[in-house]
Order: sequence, then C-alpha cells, then structure tokens
Amino acid sequence: MDLQIALLLGQDGIVNGAIYALLALALVLVFAVTRVIFIPQGEFVAYGALTLAAFQAGKTPGTLWLLLGAGALVALIDTVIAVRAGALGRLKRIALWDLVLPAVVAGLVLWLEPGDLPLVAQVALSLAIVVPLGPMVYRLAYQPLAEASVLVLLIVSVAVHLALVGLGLLFFGAEGSRTTPFSEAQFNLGTLTVNGQTLWVLGASAVLIVALYQFFGRTLYGKALRATAINRVGARLMGISTTMAGKLSFTLAAGIGALSGILIAPITTVYYDTGFLVGLKGFVAAIIAGLVSYPLAAAGAILVGLLESFSSFWASAFKEVIVFTLIIPVLVWRSLTSHHVEEEE
Amino acid sequence: MKARLPFLVFLGLLALGPSLLPEFYVTLLNYIGLYSIVTLGLVLLTGVGGLTSFGQAAFVGLGAYATGYLTTAYAVSPWLALLVGLAVTAAVALILGFLTLRLSGHYLPLGTIAWGLSLYFLFGNLEFLGGHTGLTGIPVLELAGFKLDTGREFYYLIWAALLGAMLATQNLLDSREGRAIRALKGGGLMAESMGVNTARTKTIIFLIAALFACVSGWLYAHLQRFVNPTPFGLHIGIEYLFMAVVGGAAHVWGALVGAGLITILKQWLQDVLPKIFGQSGNFEVIFFGIMLILVLQRAREGIWPWLVRLVPVRQGQRTVAEAEALPRREMPVAGTVLLEVKDARKQFGGLVANNNMNLTVKAGEVMALIGPNGAGKSTMFNCISGVDPVTSGEIRFLGERVDALTSREIARRGMGRTFQHVRLLPTMSVLENVAIGAHLRGSKGVLSASLHLERAEEARLLAEAKRQLERVGLGEHLFDEAGSLPLGQQRILEIARALCSDPCLLLLDEPAAGLRYLEKQSLAELLRKLRSQGMGILLVEHDMDFVMGLADRVVVMEFGEKISEGLPEEVQNDPIVLEAYLGGVE
Amino acid sequence: MTTPILEIRELCVSYGKVEALHHINLKVSAGQIVTVIGPNGAGKTTMLSAIMGLLPSKGEIEFQGEVQRNIEVEHLVAMGMTLVPEKRELFGEMSVEDNLLLGAFQRYRHGDRDEGKTMDQVFGTFPRLKERRMQLAGTLSGGERQMLAVGRALMAKPKLLMLDEPSLGLAPLIVREIFHIIADLKKTGVAILLVEQNARAALQIADYGYVLETGSVALEGDSRQLADDPRVVETYLGLGGSGAIKKE
Repeated sequence: MDLQIALLLGQDGIVNGAIYALLALALVLVFAVTRVIFIPQGEFVAYGALTLAAFQAGKTPGTLWLLLGAGALVALIDTVIAVRAGALGRLKRIALWDLVLPAVVAGLVLWLEPGDLPLVAQVALSLAIVVPLGPMVYRLAYQPLAEASVLVLLIVSVAVHLALVGLGLLFFGAEGSRTTPFSEAQFNLGTLTVNGQTLWVLGASAVLIVALYQFFGRTLYGKALRATAINRVGARLMGISTTMAGKLSFTLAAGIGALSGILIAPITTVYYDTGFLVGLKGFVAAIIAGLVSYPLAAAGAILVGLLESFSSFWASAFKEVIVFTLIIPVLVWRSLTSHHVEEEE
Repeated sequence: MKARLPFLVFLGLLALGPSLLPEFYVTLLNYIGLYSIVTLGLVLLTGVGGLTSFGQAAFVGLGAYATGYLTTAYAVSPWLALLVGLAVTAAVALILGFLTLRLSGHYLPLGTIAWGLSLYFLFGNLEFLGGHTGLTGIPVLELAGFKLDTGREFYYLIWAALLGAMLATQNLLDSREGRAIRALKGGGLMAESMGVNTARTKTIIFLIAALFACVSGWLYAHLQRFVNPTPFGLHIGIEYLFMAVVGGAAHVWGALVGAGLITILKQWLQDVLPKIFGQSGNFEVIFFGIMLILVLQRAREGIWPWLVRLVPVRQGQRTVAEAEALPRREMPVAGTVLLEVKDARKQFGGLVANNNMNLTVKAGEVMALIGPNGAGKSTMFNCISGVDPVTSGEIRFLGERVDALTSREIARRGMGRTFQHVRLLPTMSVLENVAIGAHLRGSKGVLSASLHLERAEEARLLAEAKRQLERVGLGEHLFDEAGSLPLGQQRILEIARALCSDPCLLLLDEPAAGLRYLEKQSLAELLRKLRSQGMGILLVEHDMDFVMGLADRVVVMEFGEKISEGLPEEVQNDPIVLEAYLGGVE
Repeated sequence: MTTPILEIRELCVSYGKVEALHHINLKVSAGQIVTVIGPNGAGKTTMLSAIMGLLPSKGEIEFQGEVQRNIEVEHLVAMGMTLVPEKRELFGEMSVEDNLLLGAFQRYRHGDRDEGKTMDQVFGTFPRLKERRMQLAGTLSGGERQMLAVGRALMAKPKLLMLDEPSLGLAPLIVREIFHIIADLKKTGVAILLVEQNARAALQIADYGYVLETGSVALEGDSRQLADDPRVVETYLGLGGSGAIKKE
C-alpha cells in the first residue's frame, strides 16, 4: 500500500465514520431517553435516501402513503383513548399533528413536481415525509411498552426493523439508487483528490453535531431530554412526560437518520436494506461509548469507519469479521474500566 | 396426576404425528423441534439468566459444520462427529464466554453480535468448509443399525432430543444450581452474598445454551444432508431470540411455544399473503413484524405465561419431605471475638461514607449499630460482608483478615446477612428463596441436577429451609411467592435465608422495620434464643424500644463516624447521642 | 379549617398482592404544614408516590377541589403539586441553574416565561445555591442537594409542596436550617405536606400531624397534642423518656 491509497482509504473511512457518528449520536440519545435500542435507525437512513431518489426519478415515493397511513392510525388510536378518558381537549392537537400535517405534505408533493425543484426543496420535502414517521413509530410500537424490559424493547425494535425493511422493499423495489451529488466540485490537496460531496458530508455532520450540542445545552426542551436520560423519575416529577421525551428523541433520531441517508446517497448506492449494516456500525460506535457518552460515540464511529475502509483493502472477504472482532477488545476494555454496580432492573 | 394429563395427551399426539400428518407438516414439525432446542438454550441463558445473546446461530453452525466436515472429509462416524462438535463448541464457548460474559449490561449483546457475525463470515470464507456453497453429501444417520433417511424417521430423534433437553433443563432449574441460575437476573449481588459464584454460573448456562445449539446443528446437518452458511447468520440468531421472547423467555415451555408459533406464522404468512396481495412484494416480513409487535404489546412476558393464565390450574398442596439434617458448623465459644473492625474507611469518589470506624462483635452477644438515616450504617454492613469493600482499614472475622475477600468467600466462613432494601426473588417461592441461603451446604453440580440424581441432598436442603422458615414463623407460607408477602415478612424471610447458611455471625439490617408489635416481640425472642446458642448478632435498627431491650452493647454512628459506644443505658444518656439522634429545631 | 387544597379519602396502594397502604384519609389546607411521621417501612414514601401519581392506587385524591382520575404526574405538576423525593432525584450531571430551570418546565410549556424572577426568589431563599449556580448538581454536599431539590420544586410555583424526609442524612445544623426554611415557606401561602422520621423536629413546625404505622394511620391530631401523646413520645421521641426502655 502506498501513501496515495492510504490517504484515499483514510478519506473513505472518515466519511463513513462521520455518518456512523451521526447515527451513533441518535442511538445514544434514543437509548438514554427511552431504553430502546433503536435498530430501525438504519431504515430511516434508507428511507431518506430513497425518498429523495424517488423525487429525482420523477416518482411519488411510497413513504408518503406510509406517512398518511401511520398518521391516520395514530390519530385513530389517540382519539379513542382521549374520548374514553374524557379529555376532548387533546383532539385538536391530534388532528393537527397526525392528520393535517401529513395531508399538507402530501398536498405539496402531489401539487409541486418535486423532480423539477431545486435540490434543497427536494431534500426538505424528503425530510418532511420521513421525519414525522419517527414519533409515529414511537407512538405505535414503543409507547404502549414504555415500562417493559430492555430485552422486550429490543425485540420490538427488531420487529419494527423487519416491518420497515419489508415496506422499504415494497415502496422502492429491490434495485438500489443513487442521487445527484450536492456538488460536482473536486479539490486537489497534494496527491489527494477530495470530492465536493465528501466535504458536504463532513461539513453537514459537523454542523449537525454542533446544532445538537446547542440544542442540548441551550434549550429547555433539550435540557428536558437530557434530564430524562439522567434521571427519569426526577424528570417526571418536573412534569417532563416520558411520552413527550420519547417522541422528541425519536423525531431527532429519524431526522438524523434521514439526513444521513440523504448525505450518503450520492456516494454509495443505497438499497432498501442498506440501512441495517450501516445502522449496526453506528450501533457498534454507540456501544463503544457505553450508550451514554456523545463524544466517545463520535470517536468510536470514526474508529469503526477507518477500520472498515482499511480492512476492506487488505482482506475484503473478512471485512466484517475484522470490524466486529476488533470491537471485542474495545468492549472488554470499556467494560473493565467502567465501574458498574449491579442494580436490579 | 390430573396436572400431567395435558402433557400425556401432548406426548401421544406427538408420537402419532408422523403417521397421521402429510409430509409437509412433518417437515414443519422437524424444524420446530430443531429451533426449539436452540431456543431452549436461550430460555436458560436469556430468559432465566438475563444474558442476551444474538449469537446462538453461530453455535448451531459449529455443530453442523463439525459433523459436515468430519463425515465428508474423513468419513468419521456422525456420532463421533457429534462428540467432536460438542467439544469444539464447548471450547469456543468457553473462550467467548471468558471474553464476553464479563461484559456488563449492554456490552454483552453487542459482544454476541460481534462473534456471531464473525463466525458466520468465517463459515463462508474458509476454503475447507466449502465457502458460500457449503458442504454436500453428508451421510445418513444410523441409529442401532436403523437408517434415519426420511423426515418421518428423523422426527423421532429430533423430538426425543428436544424432550430430553426440556426435561433436563426443567430438572436443572428445580435444584440448588437452578436456584443460583434463577438468581442471576436481578439477584446477583444477593446470590454472591449467599456464596454463589455468579461468574461460574453464568459460564455454565452459556455453555449449556451453546451445546444445545450445537446438537440442533448436528441434527440439522444430518436431516438436510448438506450445510451452507446461510442458516447460521446474525438474522437467524436474532430470530432465535424472537422465538424465546415471544414464547415466554423465562419458561421452558416458552421455547417450544415460541419456536412453534414463529415457524408456523412465517409459513402461514408465506402461503396466505401472496393469495391476497398477489405475488409481488415481500409482505410476509411486514406482517410478521407488525404481528410480533402486537403480540408483545398484549403479552410482554410472552405467550406461554399468557396461556397458563387462561387455564387456571389449581396448585395441589405441596409438601416438603422430612430429611436428615445437614451437618452444622462448630459454634465458637461465647465471648470469642468474631468480628473486629479497625479504622475502617469507605469512600465513594469524594464522599466519605465511613471514617475511622472501630467495633467488635463477640459470640453470644447482640451488638446494635444505631444512628440517624444516612449515617453510613448500611455502608458499614456492605464493607463487613464484602459486598462493597473498605477503602482502607482492617476487618477481621474469626481472627482472619477478610477485607480483601469477596462476599462469597466471607459467607463461606460463616457470616450471614440481610439487606436494608430487601433482596429476594419475588416470583420464586418463599421456600426456594430461603434455600438459596443453604447454597454452600450442598455440593451437587449441574449434571446430577439435570438428571435429578441429587434428590437426597436437595431434600436435605429444602428440609433445612423449611426448618428455618418455621423457626422464624413463616411456616405457613412455604409455597407462596416471596413477593406476595408484606414487606415486614419479607425481611423475616431474609433472616431465615441467612440462618440457612448456618452462620456464626448474623448481620441484620433493620429487621424490625414494617413489623407489628407482636411480630417484633417474637423476632426479639428469636434473636435472644440465637444469642443464647452462641450466635453473634450485629444489628442495625431504628426502633429504639426494640434495640434497647435486646442489645448488649450499642455503637452510635453519625456522618460515617462512631460518636458513642457502650451499654444501652450509657448511650441513651450520652448528650452527644441525644443531640445527634433526636435532632430538634432550636 | 379552610377548604383543603388536598384531600385524600380511603387511599389504598398494593404492591402485587400485598397491600402496603390501607384506607388512608388525610387533609392539607392552604398555608398549613401537615406532617406524617412514622418508622421506616410504615409506607410514608409509598403514600407520597401514590398521591403524586407515580404509583397506581385506589381511593380518591382531591386536589384543588377537583377529584383526580387517571392521575398523571405531568398534569398534577402543571396544576401546582410538587414532590421533593427522599432520594432528591437531582440531575447530577447538570448545573444547579439547569436543575432549577427544569423545575419550571411545566410552567414554561404553558407559556409562563417568568422563570428568571422565580429563580431570583429561590436564590433569595437559598443564597448558597446562587454561589454554586454553575456547579454540577452531583458535586454538591448533602445539605446543598436538599436545598437544590426544594428550590427546584419551588420553581414550579407550587400550591402544594410535598417533602419526603428532608432531614435524611443531614447534619443537625443543616436540618435546623432546612426546617427553618420550611417554616418560612409556609408564610408564602404554600401548603406543605411533610413526611419525616425526625418526629420531634417535624412536629415542632407542623400545624397538624398524622402517625403512620404499618400502612395505616395510627394517630392523628394537632401537632402539639401529638407531640405530648404518650404513645408518640414512647415510640418516636423515644430515648430517655417515660420508661420506654425495658432491659431484660
């Protein structure tokens, strides 16, 4: 291997690492707030990328129907509950978030011709379709089980993952898609050629991470999410409801996932089931961080990205073996250094 | 015998199955059997033991590939190959267990994903295992000269293996080692204090689950007569976990119900959905996912417990057989110093919880440790019993330094304790909870337990538990769920559990809290009797009436330090104590 | 007595099959300190958790003249009920100021953006918190933690403040300080339900008291009468009094 290749691999690794970092942050967030190991994260990546690709191909993405359907289902369930509890005051909000909002998005998509819109508008529409699915998935799958054990929540996650992958295949078919790059520019740094899209990924990841940091550090809702993660009982006593925190964290996770998908779609071909392995590597990074520390999760993600890109060069058949096996010593080290006093769960 | 009836009907149907059912259903039942064996291991490991594994499919692969390779490349007998496969699986499981079982909390599932994926990719990339095409031409299994070359014949072997494994697992769970396994989830700290080596217990169930998986793989290889890597991947590993959780992860029968339900559901969806939606699209996985979510939302403990609730079975009154008493430890002579704490200090980060603590307890005396809530009394208990060792200082028990020993080793030396926040297994019976206390007084292992060859010892252990329960006045509640007792009686249960270990020093953390007046009196009576038999008792208690009427000496703590010591009357009149203990606003 | 701000009738709580609280009746009026004393394990914390909606219960809970059905913690907080729990439940990895801000979460959600002013009032009551406003809550001393927990609850501008063992683990001097502050809070008109093991201190500042024993109200009455009741003296004020100590 010469320097040229090493630099190229390094660049690849860092780009992938940046995406894993974003996913890891979302996973850490969701776990800390809800104790859900969010395996379907990968599906939001695929949905984001493929929804955008559908727009660019001049098609109406199937995710739009999912949004309308899931919204209607949530509205139905919540309305029944609200009527039974005699809390009719909730109906307005239910109608707004679960019926009107999806309808507006659908109206926009069907009325505008998204294929001819500028990229920014296409991205915005894609996000408008995919992101609201996050809190809806929380409402439908997880909220009734909010107090269940981590194991049960994990199994539910796998089930949600299966359902969403199946829907992905239904909506987008088995063929993969690529989208147009955000930028066609190329830069030469010495012997290394850097693509504009690479810079886009890195830049957008950095901006997103800073934005999240600000959200958690500066806004009351961000602090409320952190508070729930730190001390659930304490947060409830402040009137921060577990359901609200859950929905908010799922919204953020869906947003991060969809955006990650949109960022990588011009670089790699995304298939309906691409999300799982991508998400799994984000998961690896998150676990390196013990599902608690955001900076460590980001560092772990870069490590996973680099490990992956270099091992794919040396022994591509064993790429996944190497990535996942080398994680074990890291895990053992983490587990030995983090003092863990057993408490009943 | 009535309770056995459904089981006998089930066995009968099972035996008749192959002669009545069409080929397709026999094949389906064969797969259900194979999956159930793996899932059964997961029930033990994940549902009962609390250790989540995504990697069981890899162990199935080890069993399948071991026999596939040995029988095709070296024409080894399949039965010998089974033994080799088991040995290889055991070795791999021990290494992986050593590496990953020490992973705490959520690291463990990821660790299992890691080696699950790695082994899967190895199967696909090793030349001698045939790469992704796999191995073909695996020979037919012969049993006593009888060739098992059709699914209908193989059926009996699979289901015999499954029923055998279920029986062994059920036997194991209903034994001394089984109680230790059941204590892993949510009671690890307590179990260690009762002398259970939880690290060893975890390794054992990991090993058993891996070996079950290996057997399933071996059967699979000879049923299919070829192997390739596909059925041993991570997604299949996840599916086994599905089966366990949906069936009822904490129940032996849950394995069968889960494997059956999921296998049939998938098959049914594959048949039905294309008829509704046409051939295009992959609807079964969508429906499968949604149905699983709905099932878990309705029955989060799984289907089996839900089924059991539907069929109200009247519990026949069980009895504990009389058995020869267990041998007892020789009690130290009254007045011997049992426990000596010298300059003990305990620090949590910057917070000093205990400082400069000195106290002794002699055989045949009750020493009371009192002080306001939060004074560090329970921390002191944890230091003495090795649950959370001292930062510095010396603790001697029976003259030997124990401050560096684990709680398990200290328990072995004759110290029994109760916990301030009751630590018992709420869904286990009172009797079994108490029998955990006698863990160190039995010695029979997992193998004899699975075969129920240890019934004589087990009877003695249970008889001892019953004796101690009767002694503390809980004889009426032997078969009640421990969690159904009022809190005060749960504390008394903990005393019985501690007594079951035949201790010479008893550490009681607020034993009278939540008791009514008469119950307190009988508890005091019991402690007096123990004292007269030479037991040393160290007591933390807030009820002053109780303490002062019982204690021989009193140590008063505040802010982690000793502020007074002496006879009850002396302490009561010590102005420092009055100030600290009574507080007051002016 | 004025109309009670909190009235609970026949409150029962069970853990599984075990009933931990039996038919509790209790009233708290505005501007009043009511204390519930009793030994460890009597069910005091259980009672507060049930009132706050953290535990399912049977019976009736009437808050501000409204019988609460489908009790939700969030709703009760928004209505002006707060609980300072025994374990404080602070957000250890967040600053003192953030902890206080979160105390005003429900108010903020309902459009009341006056939290800065309330925080100044809280800092007025607990000047020590102001000095440490940037410090992480987890690094505070025991007394400061208790102050932060109370201050955080006050940020919600409560009508009813429930305190679970505020003296727990605190030095006598600090206990004294906290109790003085609780007595002062009463003057601001907030109703206080004080659960304590430190019976003497609690009865000194309270108007009315209940004695809880093994899940039932064993005694109740005017706090001064209660403090003189021989049974209370014997069991809870204990030590050195009235022949309570019998040595065998």
